[in-house]
Amino acid sequence: QNHFLSLPLQAKMSRPVQARRLEGIDKNIWVEFVKLAATYSKVNLGQGFPDFPAPDFLQEALRGALGGEKHMLHQYTRAFGHPPLVNVLAQFFEKLLGRELDPMTNVMVTVGAYQALFCCFQAFVDEGDEVIIIEPFFDCYEPMVKMAGGTPVFVPLRPKAPKDGKLMSSADWQLDPAELASKFGAKTKAIVLNSPNNPLGKVFSRGELELLAELCVKHDVLCISDEVYEWLVYDGRQHIRIASLPGMWDRTVIIGSAGKTFSATGWKVGWTVGPDRLLQHLRTVHQNSVYHCATIAQEAVAQGFQRELKLYGTPDSYFVQLPRELQQKRDWLVQSLIAVGMKPIIPEGTYFLVADISEFKSDVRDVPNSDEPYDYRFAKWMVKNKGLAAIPLSAFYSEAHKNNHTNFIRFCFAKEEATLKAASDILQKWKQEKGSS
Amino acid sequence: MFFASRSFCCRGIRTCQLRTDLLSRSIKYSASAAMAFRHKNTRRIEGLDSNVWVEFTKVAADPSIVNLGQGLPDISPPNYVKEELAKAAAVDRLNQYTRGFGHPSLVKALSQVYERVCGRKIDPLTDILVTVGAYGSLFSTIQGLIEEGDEVIIIEPFYDCYEPMVKMAGAKPVFIPLRCKTNGNSASSDDWVLDPAELANKFNSKTKAIILNTPHNPIGKVFTREELQVIADLCIKHDTLCISDEVYEWLVYKGNKHIKIATLPGMWERTVTIGSAGKTYSVTGWKLGWSIGPENLIKHLQVVHQNTLYTCPTPLQEALAQAFWIDYKRMDDPDCYFYSLSRELESKRDRMAQLLKEAGLKPVVPDGGYFMIVDVSTLNVDLSDVDEKQPYDYKFVKWMIASKKLSAIPLSAFCGPETKKEFEKYIRFCFIKKDSTLDAAEVILKNWNKQTG
Repeated sequence: QNHFLSLPLQAKMSRPVQARRLEGIDKNIWVEFVKLAATYSKVNLGQGFPDFPAPDFLQEALRGALGGEKHMLHQYTRAFGHPPLVNVLAQFFEKLLGRELDPMTNVMVTVGAYQALFCCFQAFVDEGDEVIIIEPFFDCYEPMVKMAGGTPVFVPLRPKAPKDGKLMSSADWQLDPAELASKFGAKTKAIVLNSPNNPLGKVFSRGELELLAELCVKHDVLCISDEVYEWLVYDGRQHIRIASLPGMWDRTVIIGSAGKTFSATGWKVGWTVGPDRLLQHLRTVHQNSVYHCATIAQEAVAQGFQRELKLYGTPDSYFVQLPRELQQKRDWLVQSLIAVGMKPIIPEGTYFLVADISEFKSDVRDVPNSDEPYDYRFAKWMVKNKGLAAIPLSAFYSEAHKNNHTNFIRFCFAKEEATLKAASDILQKWKQEKGSS
Repeated sequence: MFFASRSFCCRGIRTCQLRTDLLSRSIKYSASAAMAFRHKNTRRIEGLDSNVWVEFTKVAADPSIVNLGQGLPDISPPNYVKEELAKAAAVDRLNQYTRGFGHPSLVKALSQVYERVCGRKIDPLTDILVTVGAYGSLFSTIQGLIEEGDEVIIIEPFYDCYEPMVKMAGAKPVFIPLRCKTNGNSASSDDWVLDPAELANKFNSKTKAIILNTPHNPIGKVFTREELQVIADLCIKHDTLCISDEVYEWLVYKGNKHIKIATLPGMWERTVTIGSAGKTYSVTGWKLGWSIGPENLIKHLQVVHQNTLYTCPTPLQEALAQAFWIDYKRMDDPDCYFYSLSRELESKRDRMAQLLKEAGLKPVVPDGGYFMIVDVSTLNVDLSDVDEKQPYDYKFVKWMIASKKLSAIPLSAFCGPETKKEFEKYIRFCFIKKDSTLDAAEVILKNWNKQTG
C-alpha cells in the first residue's frame, strides 16, 4: 500500500553509514576459507574443530539438563556466569593456581574465549595504547586491538635451525629477548600471550614466561593470557600459567574455553579468571554488550567440570585421555607428512601442526607481485584441486609480515582416524602424481 | 615479601580496595611495589558500570519473594521447543562451530517467516545476522553504525541498555519522553504519545539514528501506523537510521496490530529490525536474537560480530530453526505460538490489572508486551526517612520487597537524567508468570492494606 508523502523521498542513506572503528577490520580469513572448505573439501583439516564426538559425559550432561523438569534452565541465569559453573571454575582454578578464588568476582563466563578476548581489549585498550602481539597469532587479536583504537605491536617467534637430523619442533621457534624488550615502551598497555600457541603449537617454557613476566612487571603492563589449549600438551610437557609467576596475578586475565577443553566448540562457553580489579571492568563491558550467556550450555559445562574435578589427575580424567589421544593423532599426521615430503614442525601442544610445503611448490605457480601471499594461493589451490583443506600460515601474521613465511600451511589434527587416513591418501596420491609427471 | 596494591577510585567506578598479596619470591623490580597500579577502565566504559538489573535481581533472588520484576517467564516454553533442543543435543555434529553470521537452517527459517511478515524478499545470508540475544543485536548495530560525534534519539522511558550502549560507542543520547495525553491519569498504554513538534526538534545534522521500541518496554505501547509515519518522515528528511527493537512483536493484544516501521516506504533501506527468540518462544536463557535489514547495513553488523564473538551456539540455533519451521507452517492457524502466546498473556494482563486496581493502585494497561506500569503515588507511602539518595520508585520497590515480599522494577531506571523525576511514581510489573505466581501476588495485593508498615 503506497503512502503519499509530502516530503521528497530519499530512499537510501546518502552518507557513509558505518562507524570508523570498523576500518581495516572487515576482512576475515575464516569467512573465506570456511566457505572454500564447505564448497570443495573432501577432507577438512582447516578450521580448528574436532570431527570426533564430544565426550559422552558432556553430551549426557546436556541431555540430563534438558530431560529434567527444570524448565527455568531455559531462562536467564546470572549475567556474569551461571552459579554452578563459576563455582566449579573457581574450585578448579584454585587448585591450579594455588590461591583462593571468589567465584563471584574472580571468574566471569563469556560467549566463548572469543568474547573474553573482546571484553579484555574493550575494557583496557584506549586509543593510542599499544598492545604487543607475538607472531604468528590467532588472527582475531589484531582486529580486536584495532577496533578498540589500539596499536598492535608485533614481535615474531623466530625459527632456529633444529639440531642435526632432528625434525623442527615448535620449541625451536623463539622470541629474541632483546627484540622483545625493545617492544615495551611507555605506551604499552598489554601483551597478548597464547600458550599453547595457535598455530605453531608452541608451549612456552618457564624461562620464556619468566622473561615475559619480568618485562610486564617492569613496564607495568597487563597480560591477556589466552590459554584455551591448556590441556593439550604433549611429550610430558607442562602448561605453566603465567598468572602463577611472581607479580603476575594482579596484572593477568586468564582466558579459557569449554569448546577446546571439552571438544564442543559449538557450545561457545568461555571464561576469564583474574583479580577483581581487572574483572570488574570486563563485567562492565559484558553487561553492556551481551549481558547473559546461554544458561543450558553453562549448566552442562558445569557438570563436565564437576566430573573432572573428581577425576583430576586420574587416568579416567578427560584432561588426561584427550591429550594422549591427540598426541597419537599428531604423531600419525607427522609420519604421513614426512612420507610425502612435507616437513612438519612438531607441535608441543594444541591440535594444530604447521608444515613446510616447499616440496610441493612446483604444482602451484608463484605469481610475483601478487598481493596474496604464496601460501594463500597454495592452500586455495590445494582445497580446490586436491580436496584437502588447510590454512595458510600467513593468515596468522600482520599485514606487514605476511610474506615472512609463505611456505607453511596449518593442519588441524583433532580428527577421526578415518579423516587423517583420508588426508594421507590424498597426499600420497598427489606425491605419486608429481613423481610421474 | 608483601606488597600492597590499591586500585584507584575513579569517577563512576566506586570500588576502592586495599589488597595485600603474599609472594613466594621477592620481586626483582622494586619499581612495581612503589608504582601505583595504573590499569583502570577505558574511557568508553567510564560511568557504565552500574546496572539496575545487577542491583534488583540480587535483591529479588530470595525465593520467598514473589518476583514480578525482571522480565523473564516462569512459565514453561512450549513442549515442542524443548523437544527440538533435546533432538539437537543428540546430534554430535551440532556440538561444533556453525556459520558465524547465523546457522544456515536458522537464517533460512527467519528469512521465510519475515518475508511473509514484511512482504519482501529477505536474503538469509546477507540480510540477517544471528546474535547473542536481541541485546547482542543492539550492540552489534550500535557498534557498527554509531560513533563519536553522532547523536542518537532515545524515546523515554527506554529499555535501559540503549543509553550505555550509545555512550560506549562514543555518541550522545538525545532523549524525548512519551507524554501522557490524559494529564497524568493514565489507564492505558496508548495514553502515552510523542509530541511531533518536540520530536522534530530533536533531529539535526548530527542525528545518526533513532531507537524505536515497539511494542514498548516498559509501558507496553504499540505504536500506530500514523505514529510510525511521523518517525519515518523525520528519518527520511534527515537521512537518519532507525534501530527498531521489536522483541515483543508477537505480543499484541486485541484491537492492536504490530506494524514494522521497515515496511513503510523509504524505511527498509535505513532500518535494522531486531528480534528475539527469548521473547518469541519464552526461552530467554537461549540468548538468541537477530538483526534483519538491507545488506548495506547488515554487513557492518556482521563485521562487528566477527570481531566480538564470531559465532553463536550451534545446538540452540538448530533447535530454534526447527521451532520456527513448525510455526511458519501454521502462520495461518490460530494455534500458531506467535498468536496463542499473546492470547494466554492477555488474560494474565487483565487479571494483573484487576488485582492492582483492587489494591488501590493505578495500572497502565498495556496494548502489547508483558509488562505493566503502575502509578504507586496513590498509596501515599512515605519514604522520606529513607535517606538514600535514590529516586522514590527505587526506594518504594525496595520497601515493597522487604515489607510486602513482592518485587517490581523502578521506572526511573528507564529514564534519562532529566525525566527521572516525572517517572519516579511508577513501577513496572512483569506478568508473564504462571498462575501460582499470580495467585501469590493476588494474596499480597489483597492484603496490602491490612498489613502494617
